[in-house]
Amino acid sequence: MTTLAGISTLSLARWQFAVTTVFHFLFVPLTIGLGLLVAILQTASYRTRDPAWERVTRFFGSLFLVNFAIGVVTGIVQEFQFGMDWSRYSSFVGNIFGAPLAIEGLLAFFLESTFLGVWIFGRGRVSARVHLASIWLASAGTMLSAAFILAANSWMQHPVGFTIDPKTHQAVMTDFWAVMTNSTFLAAYGHVMFAAFLTGSVFVLGIAAWHLRRGHDTVGFARAARVAIVVTVLASIATMFLGDNQAKQMEAQQPMKMAAAEALYSTERGASFSILTIGNLSDNPIFQIRVPHVLSVLATNSWNGEVKGIDQLQAKDVATYGPGSYVPMVWLAYWTFRVMVGLGIAIFLLGGVGLWLMRTRRLERSNRYLRWATWLLVTPFLANTVGWVFTEIGRQPWVVYGLLTTAKAVSKVSAGYVATSLIGFTAIYSFLAVVEIGLMVRLAKRPPSLETSPAEAPVPDLVY
Amino acid sequence: MLASLPGSPSGLEQLWFTLIAVLWLGYFFLEGFDFGVGVLLPFVARDDLDRRVAINTIGPMWDGNEVWLLTAGGATFAAFPLWYATAFSGFYLALFVVLAALIFRGMAFELRHRGEGTRWRAWWDRAIFWGSAVPALLWGVAFADFVHGVPLGAGHAWTGGFFDLVKPYALLGGVATLALFTLHGATFLGLKSDGAVRERARTAAARLAPVTWVAVTGFLFWTYLTAHHTHHTGLVPPLVPIAAVVVLAGVGWLAHERLEGWAFVATALVVMALFSTLLLDLYPNVLVSSVDPRFDLTIAEAASHPYTLEVMGWVALIFTPFVLAYQGWTYWVFRRRVVRPPVVPGETTRAPSAH
Repeated sequence: MTTLAGISTLSLARWQFAVTTVFHFLFVPLTIGLGLLVAILQTASYRTRDPAWERVTRFFGSLFLVNFAIGVVTGIVQEFQFGMDWSRYSSFVGNIFGAPLAIEGLLAFFLESTFLGVWIFGRGRVSARVHLASIWLASAGTMLSAAFILAANSWMQHPVGFTIDPKTHQAVMTDFWAVMTNSTFLAAYGHVMFAAFLTGSVFVLGIAAWHLRRGHDTVGFARAARVAIVVTVLASIATMFLGDNQAKQMEAQQPMKMAAAEALYSTERGASFSILTIGNLSDNPIFQIRVPHVLSVLATNSWNGEVKGIDQLQAKDVATYGPGSYVPMVWLAYWTFRVMVGLGIAIFLLGGVGLWLMRTRRLERSNRYLRWATWLLVTPFLANTVGWVFTEIGRQPWVVYGLLTTAKAVSKVSAGYVATSLIGFTAIYSFLAVVEIGLMVRLAKRPPSLETSPAEAPVPDLVY
Repeated sequence: MLASLPGSPSGLEQLWFTLIAVLWLGYFFLEGFDFGVGVLLPFVARDDLDRRVAINTIGPMWDGNEVWLLTAGGATFAAFPLWYATAFSGFYLALFVVLAALIFRGMAFELRHRGEGTRWRAWWDRAIFWGSAVPALLWGVAFADFVHGVPLGAGHAWTGGFFDLVKPYALLGGVATLALFTLHGATFLGLKSDGAVRERARTAAARLAPVTWVAVTGFLFWTYLTAHHTHHTGLVPPLVPIAAVVVLAGVGWLAHERLEGWAFVATALVVMALFSTLLLDLYPNVLVSSVDPRFDLTIAEAASHPYTLEVMGWVALIFTPFVLAYQGWTYWVFRRRVVRPPVVPGETTRAPSAH
């Protein structure tokens, strides 16, 4: 392993993975969620032949496409950087981890890209029914894609259906079905899917609210806001419920991650949950708000359940795996977990208040709510990011839990190469973020034209 | 005969080597013309509408075509983890450049038409040109390096740096694929566009054909000579490279005679024959060592266990027909030539505001 200005290949490769993955994952949940929302809006448009539905379908469809593009181009990096930066990981896990990746390409990427092409260019060339089917198929492609990549990631969190080849020291798949029905995967998939749906719905709600306050297309945007509120309420309840389920699974499968999430150093029965801490997490915090017994309930579903502490788990891991530190970055796990949960509750309240206003027919006139809805548009993006950082940081020092450490997974390439690509990707992604977000803000602020019904507009000869 | 040698690939491993070869061939056949259209953009278009005609010929398909690359990468990861791990980390900087190019190119297609300014569009046009030309060149360099040797030491550890990959043979390979993809793009534009763009594409094809023939023939001849000397199999007799050279010789004439369909079929065949030659030469290795033949990475060494290959084989067998069917269907849906919209007096032509 080489270093550059005292920074090792390992650190640089980890930073690169963090930068590229966090960036990719800002856009991907929106692709999944907005794809579903646009499909719902277009279905309403198809059923009712009402131009107001058609207008909002096209409006959010444009935003969906701009967002989709950035997910596609950053996705290529995701697939290739395993080999570039993590070649020892790749040769260790390829037998197992590679399979869902290849199947993701064959089943999901072809589906979404091909039918999105039909959706973009096919208006007026294929029937309305085929056009509607194409957005649903593209949306299904995005959801399938998430399934395969989460199955692969869940194997890193909780390896199943494998054995270690004594000759090559590679992990070898023995049961594909076990990999695809990994309990960790099933729990994570629901949580991530519903989080993606609420990302789409909070996005639609925030933008619709902005236009409603300005009196743009009040019919169309009020309808879009109502659909978004219903999806937000349902999806946020499901996300919280499934997240709670994951916490219990985590206590059984990755107790160190759970202990780090709570900064619980000593094993405790009837453990309390700290809402926030000021000062040192490890011994004597300056100020802390604690709710008794809640951690035990969260982690074990019982009032006085035992939650294992970091110190005890560290001692046990040393006994099992040999000397070394098996503790992740506690402060990062602690705070990302809290921010995720807090934002999840905020999103649920946003949906709940919206539903109440809808039921009492005050939604379009409630300026204060509409302003809040626009400001809260960023919350799911933050929650997705910290949630993902938590699940990946909490697994450290392992890249494959209990089998391979991150330090032993990195490629034997020069630190100079990794630094070059790290700087390169960071620069490119920053540029893309500026262009992309600038364009999305511009598109999102442009009110749709009410003059001619877009359904009667001529088919454009040139789409791009 | 081969199967009796120790360490030679099993039937299942041979099947997967073939399947990955098919994925790469499909990728180069499809994205080859996408790259070509991108490289030709400054040459076949005189104004923004021309450029949009050219871009719209590949508009509905380019993303689906690029998925062939993702699937080839994923399948290599699953079926030959050591090939994926060794090659991708070894070609580190080259691959970074390819990824950067593909990022700018992909963003350009989606973002170019969303702005009205000429400078905005001019910058994305540059991204399309360079984002197409650079990968078209570097894929040839990389595949040439695969067969001509990369600095693999004991235990398949990479012992060289970036400049070990830039050798005359590899550079010729890059020039050959850049020229060939550009020609392939020209025959595609001849088939899919109309009006002035179609005429310019025809002229471009006729002019490019002799240059491409020289580069491809030189590269294939060099490949054949070195393959022969190192006793690689699969190229004796050299029917595939000869077919490439012969068919390529006819492309200029086909373009000149306006046999656009046949010209496209011809460049497609040459693309596949060129890469088939390289992959046949590579067999039974996946990476050749330039240090010592003992350090070659073979198919058998790189392969996953039979169970993974079997499971993946069934998945491929069941789902590939569907993928081919619906991707083929989209080519049927968008079969019409792309033309400039008729000019309506008093109306300025603008990009549509939304889809």
